[in-house]
Amino acid sequence: MPRAYVPAPIARQPWSVLLPLMALVSFGAAVLDSAAGGRFDVWAMSHVVRFCVFLIMAMVIARLPQELFRKMALPAYAVLCVLLMLVELIGGIGGGSQRWLNLGFMTLQPSELMKPGIVLVLAWFYSVLPVGETQSWRALAPAGVLLGIPAGLVMLQPDLGTGLAISFGAVVVMFMAGLPLRWFLGAGAAGLVIAPLAFFSLLHDYQRKRVLVFLDPENDPLGSGYHITQSKIAIGSGGLIGKGFGNGSQSHLNYLPESHTDFVFATMAEEWGMFGGLFVLIVFGLIFRWGLKVSLAAPDRFSRLLASGMTMTIFFYMCINLMMVMGLAPVVGIPLPWMSHGGSSMMTNMICIGTIMAVERWSRSAPKGLS
Amino acid sequence: MAKLPITSAILSNRFERRTFVLGSLQAGVGTLLAARLGYLAVAQNEKYQAASESNRVNLTLIPPRRGWVLDRFGKALASNRADFRVDLIPDRVVDPDRTMQTLAGLLSLPPDKVRDIRDKLDKARGFQPVEVAASLDWEKFAAVSVRLPELPGVIPQQGFSRFYPFGASVGHMVGYVGAASAEDYEKERNPLLVTPGFKIGKDGLEKHFETRLRGVPGARRVEATASGRIVRDLGTREDVPGKPIQLTINAGLQDYAARRIGLESGSVVVMDCETGDILAMASMPSFDPNSFSDGIGRIEWKMLSEDDHVPLRNKVLRGLYPPGSTVKPMVAMAFLEAGLDPSESVGCGGGLRVGNRVFHCWNRRGHGSVDMAKGIYQSCDVYFYHFAQKIGMDKIAAMARRLGLGQEFPMPYPGQSYGTVPDPAWKLKKYGKEWAVYDTVNATIGQGYMLVNPLQQAVMASRIASGRQIMPRLLLDRNAPLPKPMGFRQDHLDYIHAAMSEVVNGRGTAGKARLPVDVLMAGKTGTAQVVGLNIANGKSGQWKYRDHGHFIAFAPFDKPKYACAVVIEHGGGSGAAYPIARDVMTYIFDPAKAMDVLDAFEKQWGGNVQQRMAARYDTFAAKYGASAPKAVPDDEEVTERVEQGRKPSEPTTAQTDAASPRPEPEAPAPSQPPAPAPSASPSAAAPTGGQ
Repeated sequence: MPRAYVPAPIARQPWSVLLPLMALVSFGAAVLDSAAGGRFDVWAMSHVVRFCVFLIMAMVIARLPQELFRKMALPAYAVLCVLLMLVELIGGIGGGSQRWLNLGFMTLQPSELMKPGIVLVLAWFYSVLPVGETQSWRALAPAGVLLGIPAGLVMLQPDLGTGLAISFGAVVVMFMAGLPLRWFLGAGAAGLVIAPLAFFSLLHDYQRKRVLVFLDPENDPLGSGYHITQSKIAIGSGGLIGKGFGNGSQSHLNYLPESHTDFVFATMAEEWGMFGGLFVLIVFGLIFRWGLKVSLAAPDRFSRLLASGMTMTIFFYMCINLMMVMGLAPVVGIPLPWMSHGGSSMMTNMICIGTIMAVERWSRSAPKGLS
Repeated sequence: MAKLPITSAILSNRFERRTFVLGSLQAGVGTLLAARLGYLAVAQNEKYQAASESNRVNLTLIPPRRGWVLDRFGKALASNRADFRVDLIPDRVVDPDRTMQTLAGLLSLPPDKVRDIRDKLDKARGFQPVEVAASLDWEKFAAVSVRLPELPGVIPQQGFSRFYPFGASVGHMVGYVGAASAEDYEKERNPLLVTPGFKIGKDGLEKHFETRLRGVPGARRVEATASGRIVRDLGTREDVPGKPIQLTINAGLQDYAARRIGLESGSVVVMDCETGDILAMASMPSFDPNSFSDGIGRIEWKMLSEDDHVPLRNKVLRGLYPPGSTVKPMVAMAFLEAGLDPSESVGCGGGLRVGNRVFHCWNRRGHGSVDMAKGIYQSCDVYFYHFAQKIGMDKIAAMARRLGLGQEFPMPYPGQSYGTVPDPAWKLKKYGKEWAVYDTVNATIGQGYMLVNPLQQAVMASRIASGRQIMPRLLLDRNAPLPKPMGFRQDHLDYIHAAMSEVVNGRGTAGKARLPVDVLMAGKTGTAQVVGLNIANGKSGQWKYRDHGHFIAFAPFDKPKYACAVVIEHGGGSGAAYPIARDVMTYIFDPAKAMDVLDAFEKQWGGNVQQRMAARYDTFAAKYGASAPKAVPDDEEVTERVEQGRKPSEPTTAQTDAASPRPEPEAPAPSQPPAPAPSASPSAAAPTGGQ
């Protein structure tokens, strides 16, 4: 973009992420419009409005100084943990599982905020940890505690999907912090052993059922396998170019459940076909490439870990959601960023984006080089 | 690695390498997702497109109208009438008790019917609709329709139901229809079978001609949401009604014959003896196919299954009886063919001594000098004992088979009974015993091993009447060639015909069978004993021990056109049978006159068949109410029970020794002897007479 013709405040904006985001959100709005039977005001309108609001929030976050991030990391983490416990208590009193707090003007889902929160606190932890300690247990044990508390609380809710997302973000930060590779390999091996045990002892019945159904959806086509089967039908029947905008029978006739939230990709693929799907994948690819580029160019250890952790948190969302709707993963309630209708996930993802944008700003202002 | 001091540079380097790993991971996952997307959307596109279409388009089958069953004049024996009905889909019913309570109120269902439906609901498979009520009037139908939102699983619909205008009169012949059972569905796997309101043939012609009568279902294609709400109509295909079948039956005659049987248990077969067309084929008592087709209620089932007159058995084809003296014209034919001079006589002194045994004539006083004609019209047993021994059983058995006894006819009914024509070879094979003199004696008077069904008797009468190889036909074919002649000499036939006419119109055993119209009927009586005289005299006492009454006839005697066979189970003798034959034959020539007779009878009997069945039903309902102890059997069980009814009614006491011919009530003998005393014969009751 030639600088001469564009005003500086506009040229300064991180267009390499804003354009893909806007493309994704606009496309998402179109899909939501169709899913609502051609009515823009049902879901699409609030989708766009939310994006605009949270975009402003992300811009604000992007202007915050690194010092503030560092200072706020631990207190924010502590507050979120307290909120998670509160949720647990209220849920315990109210009976059943509760995941949100009613603040009066909005409902707050602390587990959502914990996704960027855990990345932030671990990035801070590894940035203050002396370099020499990264290979010792002192690099692992505190991080384990930091992760264990929120992950445990979220799993108790029970919310397996969010619990896994938090853990994934944390593990990515630990991995990027340079912890010995053999720990990850060892943990992976241990996980393979423990997973079957956990499956039979720790998971709730409905969670276990979801996994079983995922392994064999045709076994129960009208029961729990219904989601996966109908989603595959929607995607498969779309073909190469789709049935056309507004012509998706699976979503319009309600065969596809959750057509505007978790299964919005199936709604899209039915009407836009494989081309629509590839478009979404490519746009996500652009966003992730931007995130990783930012983290590589980041000026110091904290911001590097922060940017890569945030990027991978978003990636985890997309990856699990798409694998789920295409029948490659069990049904877990994880929405598709910027396309699914829903405020909480939009906020989380925009916090992540805002943080990465902040890192990009720091690296522009800071002298290039190592910390 | 841990040995080396870790520096920022190393960590930074490691970060860059690991970022590359993450980037590769992302690319890998992206490729995997794209590949999966391509697999679903392109490689498996066809499969999922079909699945999506079958989701979107909801096909509702419209049961086809069944083909009609017509009589020879085009009158309907089975038709369809438009009706409103209400069904339940068990799977969709949320609260069966409450739903039934509401429905019972709306449709004013009696408590026993409610319990029937509850039973069926409990047994039904999820997909199988249970009929709540059919033939509803508009008000009740509308009352249910407006309350549908609170009655999940209830389906009111407009359709057609099978209607049998003649009711019980055609029950056995036409059969009935019913909802397809789970087994039917297993066999055919046709979604039409589980469509509410669809009925398949369960018995009789309805079952045999199922494919022809069924037709092709119509279909309504709608776009429907997952919850079943219809979005729009995509089009409707009309049903193609099943093809009709036209029978040789004369509906009026069939109905008359069935009603004329009255309170007795029996069957009437009327045939056109020139063509073999069956004009009437009635077996009574019967069931009302209309109510069978609506599903049998517990009280009706109890009523039918406890009746000793076995209303579930088609006696025309499945009832086996010793034919008694109705075989005598056939035996006489055998004598004539064997060269016996009909004027050759034998003296009847009331019995015939063979060896050290005496075989009695039914008339203990004897008939004096008896030639063939007198042997027939007086039904003299001694004449036949005498010449049968001379001619031999083989010739008689051959003639019996030639005239249709023991013959299998290709009638469109399963499980017919064909009976037995005994001869020495048969006995040796079956019992490993030599043929004895008394076997011939028994066979010549239609007792002993000999068993026939009423249709065979009608065929025998037809073949004797016309001298043609009559085969019974039920499906009308106006272009069928006339049956070929049997090869009898006309003077032999004329002789037999004259003798049979004498039975009715002269000095014979059935003088009261003379037709009240200007047509002379020829006939032959028969009384077959069921048990030995040591148990009962056959005339009175316990119903099941009374003699069977037979009568075969044809008219006009000199130019035979119609032949008839009547069998009355335990009627006490031929006196129960020939008045029915007389009135049925009268109906052919003068329906009005015959109806007058029937009306008078039905007044005595307590109404016509429908009225009597309704009264009987009310008695049962009052007695057992909704608490009928026997649960209503499901369709399979009914079929099974009807199947049991098909088993031949072999006489329990097989007359392996010597039967005793029973006197004809109409015997013109000077004075009827009281019940003949049991014979003094040492081994068993010896024959005592015949008719």
